[in-house]
Amino acid sequence: MSVWSDLLSGFGTVLSPENLLYAAIGVTVGTFVGVLPGIGPALTIALLLPITFSLDSPTGAFIMFAGIYYGAMYGGSTTSILLNTPGESSSVASAIEGYQMARRGRAKAALATAAIGSFVAATISTIGLTLFAKPLAGLAVQFKAQDYFALAVLAMMSVTALVGRSLVRGVLSLTLGLFIGLVGLDGLTGQARFTFGSMELFEGVSIVIVIVGLFAVGESLHVAARLKRLPETVAPLGASGEKWMTREDWRRSWMPWLRGTAVGFPFGALPAGGADIPTFLSYTFEKHRSKHKAEFGKGAIEGVAGPEAANNAAFSGVLIPLLTLGIPTSATAAVMLASFQGFNIQPGPQLFEKSGPIVWALIASLYIGNLMLLVLNLPLIKMWVQVLKIPRPSLYAGILVFATIGVYAVSGSVVQVLIAYGVGALGFVMRRFDFPIAPVILGVILGPMMELQFRRTLLVSNGDLTVFFTRPLTAVLLGLAVFALILPYLPRLIARLRGRTAQRLAFGEDD
Amino acid sequence: MRSPALSRRALLTGAGAVLAVAVTGCAKKSGDAGSFPSKTLQLMAPAKPGGGWDQTARALQKALTEAKLAANGVEVYNVEGAAGTLGLAQLATKNKGDAHQLMVMGLVMVGGVVTNKSPVTLDQTTPIATLTAEQEVIVVPKDSPYQDLAALMNAAKTAPASVNWGGGSAGGTDQILIGLLAKAAGADPKAMKYVAYSGGGESKAALLAGDLTAAVSGVGEYADLVTAGEVRALAVSGAAAPAKLPSAPTIKAAGFDVELMNWRGLASPPGLKDDEKAAVVGLVDKLHASPQWQQTLTDQGWEDFYKSGEDAKAFFTAETQRIKAVLTEIGLA
Repeated sequence: MSVWSDLLSGFGTVLSPENLLYAAIGVTVGTFVGVLPGIGPALTIALLLPITFSLDSPTGAFIMFAGIYYGAMYGGSTTSILLNTPGESSSVASAIEGYQMARRGRAKAALATAAIGSFVAATISTIGLTLFAKPLAGLAVQFKAQDYFALAVLAMMSVTALVGRSLVRGVLSLTLGLFIGLVGLDGLTGQARFTFGSMELFEGVSIVIVIVGLFAVGESLHVAARLKRLPETVAPLGASGEKWMTREDWRRSWMPWLRGTAVGFPFGALPAGGADIPTFLSYTFEKHRSKHKAEFGKGAIEGVAGPEAANNAAFSGVLIPLLTLGIPTSATAAVMLASFQGFNIQPGPQLFEKSGPIVWALIASLYIGNLMLLVLNLPLIKMWVQVLKIPRPSLYAGILVFATIGVYAVSGSVVQVLIAYGVGALGFVMRRFDFPIAPVILGVILGPMMELQFRRTLLVSNGDLTVFFTRPLTAVLLGLAVFALILPYLPRLIARLRGRTAQRLAFGEDD
Repeated sequence: MRSPALSRRALLTGAGAVLAVAVTGCAKKSGDAGSFPSKTLQLMAPAKPGGGWDQTARALQKALTEAKLAANGVEVYNVEGAAGTLGLAQLATKNKGDAHQLMVMGLVMVGGVVTNKSPVTLDQTTPIATLTAEQEVIVVPKDSPYQDLAALMNAAKTAPASVNWGGGSAGGTDQILIGLLAKAAGADPKAMKYVAYSGGGESKAALLAGDLTAAVSGVGEYADLVTAGEVRALAVSGAAAPAKLPSAPTIKAAGFDVELMNWRGLASPPGLKDDEKAAVVGLVDKLHASPQWQQTLTDQGWEDFYKSGEDAKAFFTAETQRIKAVLTEIGLA
């Protein structure tokens, strides 16, 4: 088959000692920069892009690029797991269970399942990219505005598991997120909303700043407030001779890895998909399916394995519209597009014909960068968990410093740093009164998407609401959303219906 | 041993890049204009990394360094937000009188100043030059009933609700072009149904999915799809067909008196002395004449659109007036 021979020649281009060295540098630098709160893969690549331009051959640049990407992504999960400070929206889901695992002394297992799961997901989805790029690209552009709206509704309804124990608190958190999502210039008309006349707020409150504020800053304040009542270090390390993952961990991880991949890859391929929604979906799904439901919220390994796999699989998915149509669907993809253009490569339908060898070299780089990450990072786990030995006051002071640097690096603006602190204070209050954090992030991500696509639909249809029901795809997605909403209550509903019938029957017998 | 040396340099550059982003933004007072530049040039890209202004800034950095025009180096930093008007405000207030500060800007900023009702305008900068420009293209899906621009504009005039226009953010170059076109075709610019997307990629997806009747974006965004036959280019917005779409008719040739270039240029802070301004303009003139910059233009596929000094100043003013007028008619000013 020609795909394989193309891929093989791609490997031929990429596999040289020099290129492998680039991959190693990329992975290492990416991991270290990605560890900073707020600096996710997109910003890491943007910051390191000038380096790749100084290389003579695009091949060397791409392989370093793939390394940086996987490294940054893994670096991000490391801090969310160890310190509950995710740097970007797609590692929020892994922080929920990962951090609880770390607190119970299972940091190594959490990091290992994240690394191996990422490797498995990236490998499978890269194969998917190799084989199905073209047909999937055709399918992806079938999605109209009303379908995206329905998809956002479905995602919103199906991740209610994130809401936590109290529905009222969860919905309040979600509402806060929806509100934050409204701040800034309206996407359709360019009118300012909730900006209080300040141009600094025109772009809205960046999701990165919300995440850094709520998690890194909020967590630091929360810890500081209770410092005397907590043990001196964050978490026990676990026995030093302990394996990364026990047999039981493997058994509980492999299905979530595969399921996460199955969710992440197609979602990433949608123009307007991205990696955050599938990670939340994967988390919810694992929680519903798990035999260890009681462990969720206290450190269930499935809750790390699934989202991490979904996150990495989504990236290969994101490459599909990027390479075949030139449509960047995530921040990382947008930066990649810029770097392609820096090498005078224009992604689009003719990319494979025009720049075939380079694209196959890029795809081969993904395989290698991914493998390199695993090889380098599994041994590094030992080093990362040492972070947990740092006494709390120093550790959280460090987190605050890095969070500040991260936000300033992203925005170059003191005002944004102050906004992050403000959001952090809010995060502290929310933690103090037991409000869940994840729904806020969900609101910020899904709110604007729902609103914009809803209004775009109505604009295109000249205000006709029936388009939501007459198009089969939209109707099916909305139907699934309704189903997802009533699903948790279904057993109770059925029981009640049955109970009532039984009672009535009994009644009848009495007559 | 080439690789290890390279790798160390790469790592250092990486660390430098992080630091540069974190540290820059502090204004420095300029020295004498004797041998310009006498210290590191600070080049602001008033947008996110990866966007058009950022690419222009980084290309300038590369060409200035390679042409050995900036002995003390060039640093690029990003101030993103509000169509570049946040960067503009910073340049006009914090960097006043500093000849070593430069900002990349362009048509989008002209529009942004108007739609965002920015308190700082381009009049408060020292115009230096326009450098590059990209034409806009109007495309329809391959199975669209509209074969030429006249037919599309006729529909937009007689039944504006039947035409869904799509493009980049509200009040940006794409919507400006539609407004100018509507005016030229005798249609009501305000009645044009414009669906805004956050970038060329998103509107491309919507056009392919069938949400839009026609989309407007930079030529580079659609050239590949046009060549592949996925979409049809009805017209381009420049004076002659661009190299990427050699067979596309211009809007003028299609019968509408509209020309619009999405140009990018450079501005300095206000308060420069005359000799300082002359030195900056001189530097950019030298850059423009350098083979390195000409090579950059070829590599990036940018059209050369060079006006410097007083020409640039007059052009900035003329564009501001024209854009303000059309945005007012659309109802966005």
